[in-house]
Amino acid sequence: MSGTQVVATGGAVPFGRGRPSKRRRLYGSDFIWSIAFLVPYAAVFAAFVIYPIGYGLWMGSNPSLYAELFADPRYTTAAINTLLFLALAVNAQMLGALLLSGFFMRPRRWIKALLVIYILPWALPAVPAFLSFHWMLVADRQGLLDGLLSVLFGVEGPDWFAQGWLALACDIVSYIWKWMPLWTLILLGGRMAIPPDLYEAAEMDGASPYRRFVHVTVPLLANLYLISTVISTIWAFGDYAPVLFVSGGAPAFSSNVLSTLGFRYALDFADPQLAVAAGLSGLPLLIPLVVLLMRRLSTAEVQL
Amino acid sequence: MSAAPPLKRRARRPNYRLRRVLVEAASAALGAVVVVWSLIPVYNMFLVALDPTGHNEFTGEIWPLHPTLDSFVALWTEGADDVEHIWSQFGNSIYIGIMVMALTVVIGSLASFAVGRMRLAQDWALTNTALVTYVIPSSTLIIPFFRVMHIYRLLDNPWAVIAAEVTFATPYAILVLLQYAKLIPVELDEAARIDGASVAQVYLRIYLPLIAPALAAVGSFAILLSWNDYFYQYMLLMSEKHTTVAVALEQFFDDDDAPWNYMMAIAIVYSLPPIAIFYALRRYIAAGLTKGGVTG
Repeated sequence: MSGTQVVATGGAVPFGRGRPSKRRRLYGSDFIWSIAFLVPYAAVFAAFVIYPIGYGLWMGSNPSLYAELFADPRYTTAAINTLLFLALAVNAQMLGALLLSGFFMRPRRWIKALLVIYILPWALPAVPAFLSFHWMLVADRQGLLDGLLSVLFGVEGPDWFAQGWLALACDIVSYIWKWMPLWTLILLGGRMAIPPDLYEAAEMDGASPYRRFVHVTVPLLANLYLISTVISTIWAFGDYAPVLFVSGGAPAFSSNVLSTLGFRYALDFADPQLAVAAGLSGLPLLIPLVVLLMRRLSTAEVQL
Repeated sequence: MSAAPPLKRRARRPNYRLRRVLVEAASAALGAVVVVWSLIPVYNMFLVALDPTGHNEFTGEIWPLHPTLDSFVALWTEGADDVEHIWSQFGNSIYIGIMVMALTVVIGSLASFAVGRMRLAQDWALTNTALVTYVIPSSTLIIPFFRVMHIYRLLDNPWAVIAAEVTFATPYAILVLLQYAKLIPVELDEAARIDGASVAQVYLRIYLPLIAPALAAVGSFAILLSWNDYFYQYMLLMSEKHTTVAVALEQFFDDDDAPWNYMMAIAIVYSLPPIAIFYALRRYIAAGLTKGGVTG
């Protein structure tokens, strides 16, 4: 009984890690076992993914909601802010992570120790971290950052949350602070997986560090970088914490993004339908990203 | 011609040395920037927490002039109105975090075993299914989630939050575990089966030990996700008995006169568990993240 699975491969048992077989059929108890192993996830998926998503689509299915949404100037601002946030925060973070992962590859003991400190923001929970940012900036030009500016450079800091664009910039910097370490760690893993002989060969051929980066690191890291960027964009779209806790959407709704605007619609204006519609209006952006991710992950082997 | 190469080399040597010095100086400078960048907000937490009034932001202090541990003492003894339930709130957060971590690890490892090792379906089928979770952003999904939890009669029950957080932690867990499982030769399972091991035995004795680093990485992700969450805990738990620390912290934020030194003291204590877990499992997390490194 227990041997059926092996026999059933029909002679062509693949050895090594080449092409791992066309699908082997699972028979009898093996089939039941594997179904049983999948049941917990299937249950979670049906109860907490399919049903709520379906419910959400149904809640936001009335076209008049979108007319109301597009007529609201707060929505327009939030939509533009969301695009700015995604374009600036995600790309700056990924670029920084790419460069810093190269820095952390340097074989120095103190750089290894530095990595431990650098990872700290990622391990720090979001609410306390962003509240600390808020308190550093908010207090009538007397927060820690303003204090440092005046002691070190003798300049008085601006009123950080007086203008929408400056408040949004503060949110973006806080977001990068919190999440860049994770992606640095992932790209560092990708860099460490590149065989060192490639670099040695390139060096032997007289390639400068810049050309080694462009012709060895970039092509080998490109897929991982792309996938990380897409995942990070998807996560950032749903991330309310930097805006909610750092600027709080101040001043007067001008630094909100879609996720925090939905929060306001649902709680302050008691209009959950509109809140769902605000979130669903991001689908034209999110669905292509998820499809891209699916295609990338099914065709290429990546490490995460 | 014969004298040219040594001459050239001699001329270039100081150049090399200069370049090395410059590189080291630049990397030291970058290191200093990284330290300051990473630690300023953390330092600010201590600055506020150690201030006796908690209102030092309005004086422009950059150094604690009168440091005191009052806020931590008040926290420990629950000796102030604002922190009177703090330890039960910590209990709630820890309960939710541990359950999310355990369930994510169990569900993720079972599903990845069925698909990645037993080949019930192709890898990509499971990955793509899991990715459907990302189609609607989590901050929007909370609203239908709230209604659905009402239908399930799970409102104001920690399990509603646990379910939500497990839902968002599992797709990434499955992604990582499937990639990691590919690195282990299938022949191991087959050999064990020939020797008479049951499927459950293969899962418990062979699969789990071999993917342990990835499980550590995935488990830490899950607990960090739970610790980062605020919205679901705020929406799905109403009664004081079930309030978590993240929600309690936000309540300080809403109150203009709140003692911020207490808030930052709570924030510091709240940050300790994930940091401890992260540094305890750091080696495994690094391995879990890097071992699957088949870029291409």
